[in-house]
Amino acid sequence: MNCLDRKLWRDLLRQWGQLIAIALVVSCGIASFVMSASAYDSLKLTQTAYYDRYRFAEVFASLKRAPESLRDRIAEIPGVAQTQTRIVVDVIVSIPEKVQPATGRMISLPSVQNPMLNDIYIRRGRYIEAGKADEVLISEAFAEANHLDLGDTLGAVINGRWQKLRIVGIAISPEYVYEIRGGGSLSPDNERFGILWIEREALANAFNMDGAFNNVTLTLSRDAKEEYVIDRLDRIIEPYGGLGAYPRADQLSNYIVSNEIKELENMATVIPTLFLAIAAFLLNVVLSRLIATQREQIAILKAFGYTKAAIGFHYLKFVMAIVLCGATLGTILGLWMGNGLTGIYADLFSFPLFRYNADWRVVFSAICISILGGVIGGLKSVYKAVSLPPAVAMRPEPPPEFKPTLVERWGLQKLFSPAGRIILRNLERKPIQASLSILGIALAVAILLTGRYFEDAITHLVEVQFRHVQREDLTIVFNEPRPARTRYEVAQLPGVIRSEVFRSVPAKLRYEHYQHRIGLTGIQANGELLRPIDRDLNRVNLPPDGVVLTKKLAEILHVKPGDLLTVEVLEADRPVRSIRVVGLVDELMGLSAYMEINALNRLMREGQTISGAYLSVDANLADKLYTRLKEIPAIAAFTTRQAALDSFNEMSGRNMRIMTLVLVTFASIITFSVVYNSARIALSERSRELASLRILGFTKGEIAFILLGEQAILILLAIPIGFALGYSFAAFMSAAYNQELFRLPLIVTKSAYAFTFLVTLITAFISGFIIRRQLNNLDLIAVLKTRE
Amino acid sequence: MTGINTNTQQKTVFQMEAVSKTYDMGEVKVRALRSIDLELFEGELIVLLGPSGSGKSTLLNILGGLDVPTEGKVWFKGRDLTLASDAALTQFRREYVGFVFQFYNLIPSLTAKENVALVTEIASHPMRPREALGLVGLDDRIDHFPAQLSGGEQQRVAIARAIAKRPQVLLCDEPTGALDFQTGKRVLEAIERVNKELGTTTAIITHNAGIAAMADKVITMRSGEITHIKHNRVKVTPSELEW
Ligand SMILES: Nc1ncnc2c1ncn2[C@@H]1O[C@H](COP(=O)(O)OP(=O)(O)O)[C@@H](O)[C@H]1O
Ligand SMILES: [Mg+2]
Repeated sequence: MNCLDRKLWRDLLRQWGQLIAIALVVSCGIASFVMSASAYDSLKLTQTAYYDRYRFAEVFASLKRAPESLRDRIAEIPGVAQTQTRIVVDVIVSIPEKVQPATGRMISLPSVQNPMLNDIYIRRGRYIEAGKADEVLISEAFAEANHLDLGDTLGAVINGRWQKLRIVGIAISPEYVYEIRGGGSLSPDNERFGILWIEREALANAFNMDGAFNNVTLTLSRDAKEEYVIDRLDRIIEPYGGLGAYPRADQLSNYIVSNEIKELENMATVIPTLFLAIAAFLLNVVLSRLIATQREQIAILKAFGYTKAAIGFHYLKFVMAIVLCGATLGTILGLWMGNGLTGIYADLFSFPLFRYNADWRVVFSAICISILGGVIGGLKSVYKAVSLPPAVAMRPEPPPEFKPTLVERWGLQKLFSPAGRIILRNLERKPIQASLSILGIALAVAILLTGRYFEDAITHLVEVQFRHVQREDLTIVFNEPRPARTRYEVAQLPGVIRSEVFRSVPAKLRYEHYQHRIGLTGIQANGELLRPIDRDLNRVNLPPDGVVLTKKLAEILHVKPGDLLTVEVLEADRPVRSIRVVGLVDELMGLSAYMEINALNRLMREGQTISGAYLSVDANLADKLYTRLKEIPAIAAFTTRQAALDSFNEMSGRNMRIMTLVLVTFASIITFSVVYNSARIALSERSRELASLRILGFTKGEIAFILLGEQAILILLAIPIGFALGYSFAAFMSAAYNQELFRLPLIVTKSAYAFTFLVTLITAFISGFIIRRQLNNLDLIAVLKTRE
Repeated sequence: MTGINTNTQQKTVFQMEAVSKTYDMGEVKVRALRSIDLELFEGELIVLLGPSGSGKSTLLNILGGLDVPTEGKVWFKGRDLTLASDAALTQFRREYVGFVFQFYNLIPSLTAKENVALVTEIASHPMRPREALGLVGLDDRIDHFPAQLSGGEQQRVAIARAIAKRPQVLLCDEPTGALDFQTGKRVLEAIERVNKELGTTTAIITHNAGIAAMADKVITMRSGEITHIKHNRVKVTPSELEW
């Protein structure tokens, strides 16, 4: 080992504490980046693998009833690879010992298991036995939510008769990663909706579907044109009550899974990139200052004939040692957490398989960005030092210019002790360094605040959606549209305090070439249980005509109030109508198109018709209500607001909170590192001066005050700047999280500010404490040995 | 007495012509050197005398290529140092010059031996670091770090570091400033030996007029100007010096 390397090694060891703190900044930046990016990649990979292995269909359509012979005509559509016809029926299911009924979606299975589209993966139990009409497989989430197990029996109203079904298997399917019934709700209610797979013959017999089907799914060949196939399929099934074919992208479960993953992508790109960039910047600032303290040593090396390149290489190694340590730790941590996170998601989605894959390019680019930050910062200082003639660089950096400070010019110096004046002068004489320190600390404060932002945004989102918009206790949905007078029967149900009816119509909204499949929801104009609101949480009144859209939906369709939308109804006779956009609402979750219920009835050219009702329920009588609801065959499903809230909290909420926790932890570490390094480097830079003051008779307390007082001022100046930066980061996030599933409001709460302030203060105190102890070891004699 | 200097016809090593150095401090300008003309010859031992702030260090730094003059020309063996690039100056220092700095300037994280090795590693015909440290009487301190050495010991390490590469030019800025009489003499002996045995052109800055007796040429400075140059017709050995 040559002498320079030995020096490198000793310098690294001597400052290990400080250098580890710097390396941790890199680690946090890289770890958050690698974690999110790899989790996102892996999840997409897992999703694709799952879909492929279980042959998830690419085009879906329901119809009333068609003879099996139609299947061949469908299979002949150019571009269709495989065709699957099924019978799919929603029935009311009663679960033993449960008061509330549930909706079961019965899906036909061939009597002998063979590879099919939308295949099932049997978690436990076995496939149905041919000819056993009472055997069913049920979906896992439904089984779990209702504590059902193999061998248990369910009751179901099949074609007007109660029938007993025996559970022989628990399964999952790519088609129902999220088990959502459809018709507006975007969150699963696994207690009240589940999938039941049953032998096709049994289902055909019960529902008069012998030699017929009411559901068809397709896969496409590689070169197929999706739109063309959908169009052809629509035309073939239309005479049989076809409800409009749709692509995989609109398939509800896939739509939500894909959106969840897309959210993760946002999370995986925006914040970690911000983190990484900030980490790289902080690394730059810290290393540049750290190496600047070696200015004289650099000059000596140069004086003895070391070339710029040799000196540069020496410090490059120094920087690389720190960065690579941090990068290694960060990568390991990132991969480990990425693996964990993917696992959590795969679990949440109940994917039967799990692929973890870290794109090495992602890892590599993260490391490169860190190295770049470090190297630029480090070599900047080296370059500054080697560019000076050694005779100049060897002298301590000259004070820029002698000038009384502002305070002194204003004659305020008498207000300050000599130590206080030293602090002020030092800050004023090195404005660039002081500003960089402030900026560094401010950035750390900002990401801390940004980390906290998510938590608060979600809390607010939940508050808005589940307190201000949705205010019902229960939503019931009829199995088919009913005449308006049914509302009186609903109101008579036990425990119902208030009921408001709604009409919902599946439709495709079109404007120019933009389109979106979404239900039109007709609600009572004066309704209290579902209130469309604007940004300020004020109710948006529904005009007697026209449609009010969620702002995000208007964005997707590129419409503004006043524009005329084309509505393609996907029900009954499938009429195509025009309707004017008359307003926008600022709901934060999902997409909606609201109309006044009578306006919707008029649009449909139907009499007063309702699809269901929102109920507010007396909690004491709820059980009675549920018992009663179970007995009403006309009610196809019902969901509670609480279940929707729980399921949101469990899914998106939980994901966000995991991320928030990770980010806040990282941000805290970064804050500590920056605050500590700022003070520690100041100590290195000024140890000679401070030791001289000690020799002149200043006490330890007084020099600690000079050094730490200056740091305290920097931190206090940095905090408001950090708040402002953090707020703008949050605004940026809020803009980036403008998704279909939900949108994050720009909410930075007082408690987020307080939290950030507190963490910063704590890190400042810990740093101050450590520095204070190091001040005790200040080498007074060294000052006496050299220099004037 | 070792004899009379008879080598007045030797080759010129350094030549300075109208060299000025001004430090621009914003409102004030410090004129550290004012139009200096000077010639130094091969193998000469020069002593620079003068009060503090008279420009001695500045002059030495310019000769050693550590700094560049504001005006004027400096030649080293016919090469114009004022025209040399930074890389060329680095090469010049690496090949020809040994420095002893006024403030020692040792690398704190390297031991005495390693501080010397730092220079010998990039020199073409160096002594072994141990040998160089022996010359300044530090055999028993070679593994100490600068912080573990006294000021004088640090200064001797700096001298060992300068002579270890057997430079053609040895520039010493107050090499004995922090040393006691006996050690000071040993250090000067080491310097003189390098000067005599290797023919190294040597310049020594000192406050100490007593040391001037060992020089071939004594240059006295004041306020950035050379006020007097004296040629010693007879020089004494360091062991004979008195101060
Ligand atoms: N880098 C510098 N910046 C400003 N002034 C300097 C610098 N170096 C030296 N000086 C000034 O130049 C003059 C000569 O300095 P120097 O050559 O170090 O004197 P000496 O070595 O004779 O004591 C002094 O007044 C000193 O203050
Ligand atoms: Mg001097």
